[in-house]
Amino acid sequence: MEYKDYYQILGVAKDVSQDEIKRAYRKLARKYHPDVSKEKDAEERFKEVGEAYEVLKDPEKRTAYDQLGANWKAGQDGFQPPPDWDAGFEFHGGGYTNEQFNAADYSDFFDQLFGRGAGGFTSSGGSYRPGANVQGEDSHAKVFIDVEDAYQGASRSLTLRSTVLGNDGRPELKERTLNVKIPKGVKEGQNIRLKGQGSPGIGEGQAGDLYLEINFNPHSIYHVDGRDIALELPIAPWEAALGSKVQIPIPDGKVDLTIPAGSSSGKRMRLKGRGIPGKPPGDFYVTLEIVLPERLSQKEKSLYKSLQQESNHFNPRAKLGV
Amino acid sequence: MMENEDRVFSGVVMDDHHAVSLAELCRSCSLPAEQIVTMIEHGIIEPIESHITITRWQFTGDCLLRVKTAVRLQHDLGVNLAGAALALELLDEVRSLRYQVASLQRN
Repeated sequence: MEYKDYYQILGVAKDVSQDEIKRAYRKLARKYHPDVSKEKDAEERFKEVGEAYEVLKDPEKRTAYDQLGANWKAGQDGFQPPPDWDAGFEFHGGGYTNEQFNAADYSDFFDQLFGRGAGGFTSSGGSYRPGANVQGEDSHAKVFIDVEDAYQGASRSLTLRSTVLGNDGRPELKERTLNVKIPKGVKEGQNIRLKGQGSPGIGEGQAGDLYLEINFNPHSIYHVDGRDIALELPIAPWEAALGSKVQIPIPDGKVDLTIPAGSSSGKRMRLKGRGIPGKPPGDFYVTLEIVLPERLSQKEKSLYKSLQQESNHFNPRAKLGV
Repeated sequence: MMENEDRVFSGVVMDDHHAVSLAELCRSCSLPAEQIVTMIEHGIIEPIESHITITRWQFTGDCLLRVKTAVRLQHDLGVNLAGAALALELLDEVRSLRYQVASLQRN
């Protein structure tokens, strides 16, 4: 078992006051709260910080924890508490007193010292009263789909991990695979609710719901903004000058686009209603980008030179005053 | 779970087109109706039509997620409802600014 340095997790010295521990916890809780933070490991860090605070906020647990600590370093493996480590300490409130945490959110390290696995005292946390009927918790998972799936709908196979109560009354992690229909027209950030597919209830309690948050995989050619899709369309200089009808890819096929004569690079065109379907559907935006052949033949060069002579009245930098 | 292997589950998208009743909101968020009403008073959510009787109130699907977030912020960060309402508003603004920045960076 890995030793956890709760002081290091909260970023405080070992001799700080209870008030300082509270301040450090509040600051980190705001920083890593999964609803607020954009950090990738926010949820993990938030749980870690919560666990550290759970021990250090309670002077009894903190003193007991301090007795263990001196020779251990954070992350060091092979930790086992001495069998009588908590002898002589009187605990009030036992293990999981922090109701917002599920027992499964705590590390093995915490569980061994202060949780149900510890012999010296019992948990008074609300989650595991035998015989009680408790509604299962809602689960949340992120799903990554391709923008094409949002145009057409898709089925995705998801592997989800949830906590269930084992036969011995202790929480266990169970993995399951679920085939989920991704409805046509979803956009990033939306949640799909699957009723009764969250954590199972306890006793007669109903299972919670499962919420799937939709995210799009980055796409090689499309950019997604809500239901709108954007594409940068490379065109040849003569297509821009003379106008042209070109075929462009959209996530559910191909469409013809008419480029008006005299289009400059950066010109933005809109295909109304050709974004992600919905009520109302999104739009599809095309930004023109004039590109040149990598190498010009002698003939092409001489044609450009003739064009240069013919267009000598045109100053593309007139707006810059030069 | 073996029985799930071949089954394809369909859910509902929690957006403007999916309405939930006050009762469902209370049940899903494990909150009494009074607390939902207090959240409405703080502007965290609002019913689709507020001039009808309270038992017939309907909410858009995203209200359910807002209420859940407000509850989590209250529990985890120790803020009161006004603080949670402010955080939610600022989070909305941050999200919309992030979109704008991403879109400007592309052009």
